Amino acid sequence: MRDRVSQVPGYPDEKQFQGFIRRRRRRGAMWRTLFLIATSVGIVVLSALLLNILDDSFGYVAVKNEIEPAALLATYAPKRLPMERGGADYQILRELSRDVQVQILRDHLSQGLIRRLESEQPLDQRSQEELGDLIIERVVEPHFLASWSLFDSVFHRARIKAEVAEMDGASLRFYSWLNPKFVVSPQSSHPEFAGIRTAILGSLWVVAITILFSLPVGVAAAIYLEEYGQKGRLNDLIETNINNLAGVPSIIYGLLGLAIFVRALQPLTGGSLFGIGDATTNNGRTIISAGLTLGLLILPIIIINAREAIRAVPQGIRQASYGLGATRWQTVWHHVLPNAMPGILTGSILAISRAFGETAPLVVIGASAFIIRDPDGPFSKFTTMTIQIYQWTARPQAEFRHLAAAGIIVLLALLLGLNATAIWLRNRYQRSY
Amino acid sequence: MQSDLSQPIQAMNVPVAQHQEVIDLRRRRRAGESLIHGFLFLSGVLSVFTTVGIVLVLLSQALAFFRRPEVSLFDFLTKTTWQPAIGEFGIFPLVNATLLTSFIAVIVALPLGLMIAIYLSEYASAPARRIIKPVLEMLAGVPTVVYGFFALTFVTAILRALLGSDRVEIFNVGSAGLVIGILILPLVASMSEDALHAVPGALREAAFGLGATRLETTLRIVLPAALSGISAAFIVAISRAVGETMIVAIAAGAGPRNFKSWADAVTGFKFLNPFTAAETMTGHMVRISGGDLSYDSIDYDSIFAIGLTLFVMTLALNIASRWAVRRFREEY
Repeated sequence: MRDRVSQVPGYPDEKQFQGFIRRRRRRGAMWRTLFLIATSVGIVVLSALLLNILDDSFGYVAVKNEIEPAALLATYAPKRLPMERGGADYQILRELSRDVQVQILRDHLSQGLIRRLESEQPLDQRSQEELGDLIIERVVEPHFLASWSLFDSVFHRARIKAEVAEMDGASLRFYSWLNPKFVVSPQSSHPEFAGIRTAILGSLWVVAITILFSLPVGVAAAIYLEEYGQKGRLNDLIETNINNLAGVPSIIYGLLGLAIFVRALQPLTGGSLFGIGDATTNNGRTIISAGLTLGLLILPIIIINAREAIRAVPQGIRQASYGLGATRWQTVWHHVLPNAMPGILTGSILAISRAFGETAPLVVIGASAFIIRDPDGPFSKFTTMTIQIYQWTARPQAEFRHLAAAGIIVLLALLLGLNATAIWLRNRYQRSY
Repeated sequence: MQSDLSQPIQAMNVPVAQHQEVIDLRRRRRAGESLIHGFLFLSGVLSVFTTVGIVLVLLSQALAFFRRPEVSLFDFLTKTTWQPAIGEFGIFPLVNATLLTSFIAVIVALPLGLMIAIYLSEYASAPARRIIKPVLEMLAGVPTVVYGFFALTFVTAILRALLGSDRVEIFNVGSAGLVIGILILPLVASMSEDALHAVPGALREAAFGLGATRLETTLRIVLPAALSGISAAFIVAISRAVGETMIVAIAAGAGPRNFKSWADAVTGFKFLNPFTAAETMTGHMVRISGGDLSYDSIDYDSIFAIGLTLFVMTLALNIASRWAVRRFREEY
């Protein structure tokens, strides 16, 4: 065959033909490598993102104590031998008997401060652990003079040691910025004691309000669109609308929340209508405003996911229910919803993790930058984990950057947990018909 | 037997009228059901109210902004400085920074994302795809404040180390743009991969049967068939980049990059310089509203005017995305 074709003038002969094929194969292999490189670049960059966070969460710090724990121990508990390593000395302070701990506090703190602490909670009634922490915070008073990333701590140890040796009275400690204390301590302007507790509680409160508002409303809207609404202009309008809302930048929702929930509904969201709240929260910049704003933000996502879950319920189930004389609502409530629930929950959990990660709208409606007291209801001022991370990142001192990294790990762990729950739900309750 | 037979006979003797009283098959009105129907309907139209609310709030506050004596719509659109302190409100510096960061992001993310999508859909083995795809989707859910942290502490440091810290400022548009690109990369890759994967296998087999290489099949057959989904992915990604807030608020700078005049902006392509600081629309809104903003200040009104501009830009992109899906759709 080919022999005859190749005799046609202008048609490539066998040698040229093989050349073409080789060239095409070569080009194919070249691009294939390029695609592989692109994928690797993507993976490398995204791992850099995660590694960078770990890098900033651990590392050496140069600590300078006002009073060395060893000196305290020598005076008050001479029988206990101080440990060689810095960190263990702190632990011994927490393990001293309470009488000794109170004695240390009374000897080193001013009368006024003691009185203030007593009025918060009498010293005798505090636990060993609390008294120990108090001694470390008020008497030992460690300051971080400098801090290093994990990478530097591992690869430039000699240089760091030389630097710290020149600092007056400083000792080098390997410090994990992510630690149990960090999770349970409130915000503080001293990076040595700052924690993320208030922010975690704030996030939980805000997202609780968000769920209470957007889950029922979102599922109801999905039921209306799938089961009740007739095909028509109104339904098309609602549908286009929801798709458009899903593409609106989150900061625009912040502006909406600022104008409606914070400003126009101030008596309601500030709590003064119910006689709750005080002058600082009556401005409407409260948890409930934040929760409702985020609720509006994730509503389109919940509706879109819930609709898909409802649509996946086979028509036969509805027809069987109608055939037995059930009304439309009975059909929805007893048959459609239970079958669609896993899908609805999976989608909702993903929407909720979006709410946990939002920052911009909360800044716009006025999250507080610095709160020490735990939020105690929907009408209190709030801060969230993301706001806290943003504030710490924006500070110039390196210590706050490490705190931000530790905060990010807490946030990501929470989101990972939520996502894992979503996947588990999907696998556990997935049905096939 | 007979007693058994007598039963139905007796039943037939029951008067017809009595039957009608017992079984009424007409539909009853149920107050509860109408109430529920009402609630469901209200929930459905709430989304319409949200849109109306957004448009009304933005328009009314923006109107209040332009009614102020020190502001004019003409200056807003044509002036090249944004300095609220001295009453100069030209949107150009903010829009310019937004477009610049988005442009850098798009240059990074679209080609890279599409190549990743092609690799995953056409070249990668099934197990590799099963692992990489969920990881991509998970990364798309990482909060943007985390990416902001990454931009400031890592990318900026690398840029400054590579190009010299005298050339690259601590806050710069380039690092913010690059990281927005990384942020939208999983989105582009995942959505494009969905589109490529949805192209029927028969098309590929036909191309292979005609002797096409894998590359030729991908570029000439699969890619055109998936164009609708890919273009939608691109536009959604651009819209995300334009509206992205926290990355630019953290890494791009805390003040608008003003120009004396249009000539000044164009000289030496100063408006395109990626190594200096510049505040985007979203970044400016976050910084201004960060403090306790008083409701009758000009700053309060101005963020709504900026918000309106941003809303119009993203709305146009959303509509374009819908149009692209329809325009390039191929039915199989």
